[in-house]
Amino acid sequence: MSNTLFDKVWDSHVVKKIENGPDVFFIDRHLVHEVTSPVAFLGLKNRNIPVLYPERTFATADHNTPTINQHLPVKDPLSANQLEALEKNAAEHGIPYWGLGHEKNGIVHVIGPENGITLPGATIVCGDSHTSTHGAFGAIAFGIGTSEVEMVLATQCIMQPKPKSMRININGALSFGVTPKDVALYIISKLTTSGATGYFVEYAGDVFKNMSMEGRMTVCNLSIEMGARGGMIAPDQKTFDYVKGREFAPKGAAWDRAMAYWETLYSEPHAEFDKELNFDAADIEPMITYGTNPGMGTGISNGIPMANAVEGGAATYQKSLAYMDFNEGEAIKGKPIDFVFLGSCTNGRIEDFRAFASIVKGRKKADNVTAWLVPGSHGVEDAIKAEGILDILHEAGFELREPGCSACLAMNDDKIPAGKYAVSTSNRNFEGRQGPGARTLLASPLVAAAAAVTGKVTDPRELMNEMVMG
Amino acid sequence: MAYDKFNILTSSAVPLPIENVDTDQIIPARFLKATERKGFGDNLFRDWRYHQDNTPKEQFVLNNPMYTGKILVGGKNFGSGSSREHAAWAVYDYGFRCVVSSFFADIFRNNCLNIGVLPVQVSPEFLEHIFRAIEADPKTKLEVNLPKQTITILATGASESFDINDYKKDNMTNGFDDIDYLLNIKEDIKTFAENRPF
Ligand code: SF4
Repeated sequence: MSNTLFDKVWDSHVVKKIENGPDVFFIDRHLVHEVTSPVAFLGLKNRNIPVLYPERTFATADHNTPTINQHLPVKDPLSANQLEALEKNAAEHGIPYWGLGHEKNGIVHVIGPENGITLPGATIVCGDSHTSTHGAFGAIAFGIGTSEVEMVLATQCIMQPKPKSMRININGALSFGVTPKDVALYIISKLTTSGATGYFVEYAGDVFKNMSMEGRMTVCNLSIEMGARGGMIAPDQKTFDYVKGREFAPKGAAWDRAMAYWETLYSEPHAEFDKELNFDAADIEPMITYGTNPGMGTGISNGIPMANAVEGGAATYQKSLAYMDFNEGEAIKGKPIDFVFLGSCTNGRIEDFRAFASIVKGRKKADNVTAWLVPGSHGVEDAIKAEGILDILHEAGFELREPGCSACLAMNDDKIPAGKYAVSTSNRNFEGRQGPGARTLLASPLVAAAAAVTGKVTDPRELMNEMVMG
Repeated sequence: MAYDKFNILTSSAVPLPIENVDTDQIIPARFLKATERKGFGDNLFRDWRYHQDNTPKEQFVLNNPMYTGKILVGGKNFGSGSSREHAAWAVYDYGFRCVVSSFFADIFRNNCLNIGVLPVQVSPEFLEHIFRAIEADPKTKLEVNLPKQTITILATGASESFDINDYKKDNMTNGFDDIDYLLNIKEDIKTFAENRPF
């Protein structure tokens, strides 16, 4: 039955159904970056075929780029080689390329929405698993592998079996100090990192209705961390207002046609999902992870769970705590930390910098902390400056870096040294994700800010003025 | 990219009884800088396999000469995390043609199927059987029969069937990839594209 939001968007993009096989699935927008595309372009070359729809394809450089001195040549020869390859490939195939130094350059999942590339009811893919971010607009968006990047370049289609559908409802009001990142980390801690594998998730209920577009992007971004193919939220007036007027969004009559379609994009009242889960907003507090996968998270005032209280293998759990050098049952609050990373496609948007600034304002960066604050794009960077946030950050002893993925995956020089602890607003705390031996604690921008000014894991609510923030 | 056809694979297996093996472990991000698909096998499980000074970690299974073969057997939720196809390339390039687990992350499974590595999902019980059989005899052989969709522990005869859709099965047994298929229906795709609202 074609009655969920997901069904409506999926079914309208099926070019052909293969019996006992995948659907031939049409892709409206394809985002390309330097790391997962070179082998795909090489494949086209070997087969001697062109890009079918360059105008549906957009390329940026973000994963591998430095976040200081971007005006200078890239020092790492391998990184420089990938950037050059993308620039060359884009030029050869007539694909718009927003490389280093371009005013539209930034993290692929930040610049898509900023430029109106991301649209409700669209299908969007990219060779990066956090493509799920774009689901915030009611798009079906997910990450693909390089073979699939090649397929989309060559044919604008991929072959995918239709995932099952899941709806996660959260009703009620979020408590003071609880942000979209906490909502997502909370859900993942309940579902585990494989709890939604095979599903496409729709987020519904008061919490998501009341959430800003930036917040919705943060939540959808993290869908992949519970194993889901992607996540989406039904578009509403907030969505349409965000999209309207952006460079690549439909204009004039095309806008009206699009609106007529977009207004049909919601799950019918009796829509059936393969799985439906309900949570209560009041149960969520600021979250932080203590282990080596994003499901290993807890409310900041709780202790680290005992091995016998967690599902799955105790051996795997203990290996993970050993890597972090944490013990079962310890408090996570008060743990000393060394680095803070504010940024990534999860929390590198303007709202995240506003939140961070609200805590560090009038305070000072702790001496033992190295802080990397990395905007998701030049657009975000400009807003930080225009809103006076940069001044607040400078007064508190922080520097702002240039846009890119940075310490989210540590492909460039922004690596957390072995054994050091980082409170990070990014999305993965896997072993070595932020550098070989690095220990990552995932959290919201508020928790990151509280850690940055106190030098340890701190409940941000202790530093917040309820009257101002409430 | 074309790959070797997959039919019946009989081989000893390498056991990795760890859950939630993510793609950052399979191939760390710092090794994703190539612009060609070459040499990824050398960095498969890099940080579990080598110390920071590049000397091998003796206790890691890939450094133990007792365990060899074309089949990798992993714990539950294998391949979670990043979409990097480099993880599947590393597995293939190292010499594995099949990964067995009781649960796979979606994107990793897809990536494997696209490049000629067969992901075989078995029940948690059967996975335990396999681990125990390898523990008892590191040279024990598994038979992965794609046409019949079965996996068998040859020493004991214990066997289980696995799922794969007909289309992918056909591709794997013939060494075809999806692009071959899609290019054949390009005209249908173009007609479809012309009718998109944006
Ligand atoms: S910020 Fe991290 S997760 Fe997001 S696109 Fe970059 S590397 Fe991927």
